[in-house]
Amino acid sequence: MSSNATKTKPAPSGLAPKVSESPWAQARRRFFAGRQGPWGLRILGFIVLFVIVGPFLAPYDRFSVPAPSEFVFLGRPPSFEHIFGETAQLQLDVFMLTVNGGRGSLLIGFVSAIGGITIGTFIGIISGYFGGKLDGFLMRIVDVFLAIPSLFVIIVGARIISELGGTGLMTVIIVFVAFGWMGTARLVRGQVLALREMEFIEAARALGVSPVRIALRHVLPNAVGPVVVSFPFAVGGAIIGEAFISYLGFGVSPLSPTWGNMLSNSQQFFLQGNWWWVGFPGLFIVLTALSVNMIGDALRESLEPEGRRA
Amino acid sequence: MSKSSTPLLTVRDLAISFRTHRGTLRVVDGVSFDLAEGECLAIVGESGSGKTVSAMALISLLSRKQAIIEGSVKFKGRELVGLSEEALRPIRGGGIGVIFQEPLSALNPVTTIGEQIAEVIVAHRKLSWKEAHKLAIGYLEQVEISQPDQRAKQFPHQLSGGMRQRAMIAMALSGEPSMIIADEPTTALDVTIQAQVLDLLRRTTTERGAALLLITHDLGVVAETADRIAVMYAGQIVETGKAAQVLREPASPYTRDLVTSVPSFAARGKKLSTITGMVPSPDAFPAGCRFAPRCRYAISACTSAVPPLEELKDGRLVRCIRTKEVLDGTAAGKRTAAATRKGSTR
Repeated sequence: MSSNATKTKPAPSGLAPKVSESPWAQARRRFFAGRQGPWGLRILGFIVLFVIVGPFLAPYDRFSVPAPSEFVFLGRPPSFEHIFGETAQLQLDVFMLTVNGGRGSLLIGFVSAIGGITIGTFIGIISGYFGGKLDGFLMRIVDVFLAIPSLFVIIVGARIISELGGTGLMTVIIVFVAFGWMGTARLVRGQVLALREMEFIEAARALGVSPVRIALRHVLPNAVGPVVVSFPFAVGGAIIGEAFISYLGFGVSPLSPTWGNMLSNSQQFFLQGNWWWVGFPGLFIVLTALSVNMIGDALRESLEPEGRRA
Repeated sequence: MSKSSTPLLTVRDLAISFRTHRGTLRVVDGVSFDLAEGECLAIVGESGSGKTVSAMALISLLSRKQAIIEGSVKFKGRELVGLSEEALRPIRGGGIGVIFQEPLSALNPVTTIGEQIAEVIVAHRKLSWKEAHKLAIGYLEQVEISQPDQRAKQFPHQLSGGMRQRAMIAMALSGEPSMIIADEPTTALDVTIQAQVLDLLRRTTTERGAALLLITHDLGVVAETADRIAVMYAGQIVETGKAAQVLREPASPYTRDLVTSVPSFAARGKKLSTITGMVPSPDAFPAGCRFAPRCRYAISACTSAVPPLEELKDGRLVRCIRTKEVLDGTAAGKRTAAATRKGSTR
């Protein structure tokens, strides 16, 4: 874009301005210059690739139920044929379950994080920038949502939606979004309140720039840093959250597998030595959480280096 | 000069109060002045004298929650005090441009210079963004930034301090206002750059016949730039008049002290004179003349009532009952001041 035009024109002298680099471009360069960020991305990329192409690697039908004669009480450990082993009872392939469960888990993670952060940012900007009674009202709503125990709502919500014939994946996402925006709203509001007093906002106001444009072009880009940083953490939080409530038995029904409900279904067999049924989804949860946290930390370091913000 | 037609800006009895937890404090009181088209008026005073607050109040840039603005500000015959934000928007930037003291914090760090200028253009003229961006480069050229087309694509941190202030001036000019408020425009700059920027500011405003309201504490800047001067102390104007006249023979003790506290080659070797004490805070303005406690000419009558702003001659206004003594020279004044000081300590 802008840098191209600058590059193509040969600089006449040593006084030529440097190539334009936006603060975003600088942050991107710092992010990729580090070690944590790129490695976090690689691990996450591997996991995403795994859950997408995994089904084509192993030609098993995840619902192929063996004949009753082949029914076994316990699962089978990893072998060449079933590299992640097989489950007890229905003798499902753990590799396929992990691949398909990963899609559910990542879907929950990303959709809940995007949803919660979008709503939170929107409310935070309105609350902080326009202030007054609206701010008071919105912040009381935040307080109310923080006061409601989300676990209770998840349990009730899951009940209602499953009776309506839903799979539970949607329920979990809706509840996570509904209870995942308050932190972002407060974060953004705080940023905006601080930014509103900054001189360049006053300067824009003093020169007649419209309030909507000030909010979108001056406040928002300067406030999103911490929001961007919080995104990977929100993804990790939602994936672990799903695992937690599924483990308690209130999450997603086993019909649409997630890493969380795999843990839940396998718990009684873990004590009898079926470590693979717990181990593989568990490993993937840990790897995903680890990678998103690495990305988050790297983002924080590259977006907020000392001295950038006045 | 200013009497020929109705002035561009007329300020009458401007009073500004702030709501604080200790009650409402009046920080600016009874400020009146005119600004003619194309004229440069400097408002001079120490920190805390209310000069910046007064200037920002002209286009209601103070927090509406905290500040109460009273009095009248007429711009091209239109009353600005009490206007809504929406109604003020075309005037801000389009009628009255503002230049801030610290260009680095007055420019958005994540937006290019060109974009920030274009934004002001789009706000005041019916132009597309593309045209506005093109015009923005022209404004950068006007403020003598080299390679303006490339500079327009840069971010504030890539520019030097002087260039940033030039960009800020371009931003203020781009709305083609008929008046510009410059709040300490050279304070944040290197001394070598100050004169350049000041010269540019004066030149660009003169070229388009725009008036300049210059807020400063630097009398050197005033002498170089301003047609008229208004000296503020503790929220009041204490003296106004033609800049050259006021600086040559100040008629109020405060202006006199200000002028003599500027270091000069003529006075080298001598001890630099200073004004003892500080500007009182708005909750502790003394009764009577607000400068009296720091004034070497003060007599007991000074503390009884606020002296009125009275005309001395040809449009010069002074708020002091000892003007005659001040103009006659220091000797008599000093003696009286010494006597009153002795008297007051007893």
